[in-house]
Amino acid sequence: MLEIEGIRKAFPGVVALDNVRFRLHAGTVHALMGENGAGKSTLMKIIAGIYTPDQGEVRVKGRPLVLKGPLDALNNGIAMIHQELNLMPYMTVAENIWIRREPKTRFGFIDHGELRRRTQALFDRLVIDIDPEAEVRDLSIASRQMVEIAKAVSFNSDVLIMDEPTSALTETEVKHLFRIIRQLRAQGKGIVYITHKMNEFFEIADEVSVFRDGKYIDTKKSTEVTRDEIIHMIVGRELTQMFPKETVPIGAVVVSVKNLCVEGIFRDVSFDLRAGEILGLAGLVGSGRSNLAEALFGVVPATSGTISIEGVEVTIDSPARAMKCGMAFVTEDRKQTGCFLALDIMANMDTAVLSTRHVRFGFVQGKALRNDCEEMRRKLRVKTPSLDEVIQNLSGGNQQKVLIGRWLLTKPKFLILDEPTRGIDVGAKAEIHRLVSRLAGQGVAVLMISSEMPEVLGMSDRVMVMHEGRMTGIVDRKDADQVRIMELASQ
Amino acid sequence: MSISKLSVGAKPMTFKPGKRKWPPELSIFLVLVGVSLFFEAIGWYVNDQSFIFNADRLQIIILQMSVIGIIAVGATLVIITSGIDLSSGSVVAATAVVSASLAQVSDFPRAVFPHLTDLAPFWPILAGVTVGLVIGLINGVLIAVTAIPPFIATLGTMVAARGFAKWFTGAMPVSMLTDDFAWIGSGGIPVVIFIVLAAIFQVVLRYTRFGKFTYAIGANRQAAVVSGINVNRHLICIYAVAGLLSGIAGTVTAARAVSGQAGMGVMYELDAIAAVVIGGTSLSGGIGRVTGTVIGVLILGVMTSGFTFIRLDAYYQEMAKGAIIVAAVVADQYRRRKRRC
Repeated sequence: MLEIEGIRKAFPGVVALDNVRFRLHAGTVHALMGENGAGKSTLMKIIAGIYTPDQGEVRVKGRPLVLKGPLDALNNGIAMIHQELNLMPYMTVAENIWIRREPKTRFGFIDHGELRRRTQALFDRLVIDIDPEAEVRDLSIASRQMVEIAKAVSFNSDVLIMDEPTSALTETEVKHLFRIIRQLRAQGKGIVYITHKMNEFFEIADEVSVFRDGKYIDTKKSTEVTRDEIIHMIVGRELTQMFPKETVPIGAVVVSVKNLCVEGIFRDVSFDLRAGEILGLAGLVGSGRSNLAEALFGVVPATSGTISIEGVEVTIDSPARAMKCGMAFVTEDRKQTGCFLALDIMANMDTAVLSTRHVRFGFVQGKALRNDCEEMRRKLRVKTPSLDEVIQNLSGGNQQKVLIGRWLLTKPKFLILDEPTRGIDVGAKAEIHRLVSRLAGQGVAVLMISSEMPEVLGMSDRVMVMHEGRMTGIVDRKDADQVRIMELASQ
Repeated sequence: MSISKLSVGAKPMTFKPGKRKWPPELSIFLVLVGVSLFFEAIGWYVNDQSFIFNADRLQIIILQMSVIGIIAVGATLVIITSGIDLSSGSVVAATAVVSASLAQVSDFPRAVFPHLTDLAPFWPILAGVTVGLVIGLINGVLIAVTAIPPFIATLGTMVAARGFAKWFTGAMPVSMLTDDFAWIGSGGIPVVIFIVLAAIFQVVLRYTRFGKFTYAIGANRQAAVVSGINVNRHLICIYAVAGLLSGIAGTVTAARAVSGQAGMGVMYELDAIAAVVIGGTSLSGGIGRVTGTVIGVLILGVMTSGFTFIRLDAYYQEMAKGAIIVAAVVADQYRRRKRRC
């Protein structure tokens, strides 16, 4: 149904795609896998008409096609659901879905009744329970994702491209999405499904194509391939251990939290965290995990309860105070609260450490600072020619390493990681896991929030679970398994 | 914990050093050269004399632009934090009238403060600078504490400061100033003040923590907060500095004109912002340099002088200025779009 042959696309400085081919059959789900920067998103943007290829041919149903833009792609039956959500927050769900295609009354005004009926019909068909009249800004991220999917389906396109659609969805919502995908597949549509998650691939996809460094590697049927083979194809090397958790001596209590509350968000969270210990924090999206991290670090200070660092009770009312107490916080959202996208790597790495070191009489000691950053860059293996590169040009995994480096330069005693490996590729993921493990080995107390069950189970000494703003339990490593944690997270 | 124990990978990584990059000011400098050559060429045709190779003209260009330049240095800081300061022109008026009122000679019967005449120039200068600083602080506090957009906050102080200047003078010029005070506006002194201030803030932005944090706040305010930067306090400082610089500009203006008038400095803020933007500072924040702003100021100066030189109306001048501001922002957008790919 969709064929791609010999595509090449170069950007200033990099060849994003080189002689790539890809074939999508009607009525199948075709997974696209590869590390970040492998070229998956670029390829999909070419198919969706956002980029024009330098060379090569795109054929739809056997006929060659030169797309002039995203609109042109839609008219040719290709719809894409983007990783970043592209909805207008101050318009209603229905208006968002039918934008540019609104039903009109006789006088040329928008027919709101018809708009509502159409949306409801679409939602009924997909079994989505969202009010068409609700404004998008009032919806959760997951609901917005569902609206995006419904919008893409509403075009009745033959080809649907989904770029990591589940990254913001909970387990139940993922199941729901998969039901929708199966329904579309049964209608003979071709679905391209970009994902990093292995279990999703085995659950939903019929075929997989793997890319690495802008090159096409291979295509396999999902029934004829194993997990290890795919990982091997993606990274081009064996990953002997996905979660290299080292057993390290556990030291004295570093952090002690008692009955911590943020009014209306979460309440009564208590835990102790020791030197060298990794405490996993699991829970569904909206359970208050990230809010707990923000309260600990003083971004949104706690309204009651106590935090003690090494036995001394402290009041943490700002991130600056938290840093003085030896805390560090790698946030969940790299773009919103992490990176200074317009600045270079150096400027991204040095922000936190400048509050305490490498400054004399207000002047930055450039040389010492650069040496430290340079050493950190090398140790974390950030793939970049120099510290002067703008961080926007790095892949997600490398950006994440820079952000972790920002905090490691402050030599923290207590490190909070919120989704440290979200949206980054398998290779970088393993490196970050190894790094976290090693930090624990050096006596750092780590609190790690993660939505990925294997990561939580593989990395943590203990797992704390939250549900709707309450702490529902702490499970030891030896007693922790997927079932037990899911029970606590959804009780 | 030492960094050296952190190594996570087995493979050492090597990279070839990248191509040597040109300083970002180069392209703006080429624009300056281009604009100058343009007037040079037309100058020979129309006037039969050189435009650039005329020491007097160059002096006048720099002298005329130094007041705008002083304001533009502050505007550079503000715009790097992705803010804007519309009040500068009105601050010039307010500080000009206040400083002039304390610099009047004693044999002038209608002095604003008849008992405070023939003062040493230190006092009017201090008063002018203080008024600028206070208005800047008001801007900063409004923006940081009430979280209203800088555009609105400084629009408010812009109107209010102009009103203050009119009330203070009763719409009459404050004249008959002492020679000592007038000295700071004479000869090359304003140029020296401009160059010294530009140099100071070039160093502040590039080599101090204050400068680094300024870029960080402009590039991503939320990330700056999480990185432990006291963003509110920093923004108050930035707007206070911008107000202070406008205060210096206003005092210099009064000294140059040997009078203080409520109508001074009209549209100066826009010229300053234009110079900053032409100089390559991004209105979306996080990017910009004082050196670029200095070149931007010179471009505006050359254009003003050049249009007069080739005997075109001032109206053409304004239209051309408008066009070049828009072109600068378009160029900025284009650069950033290219980087995103």
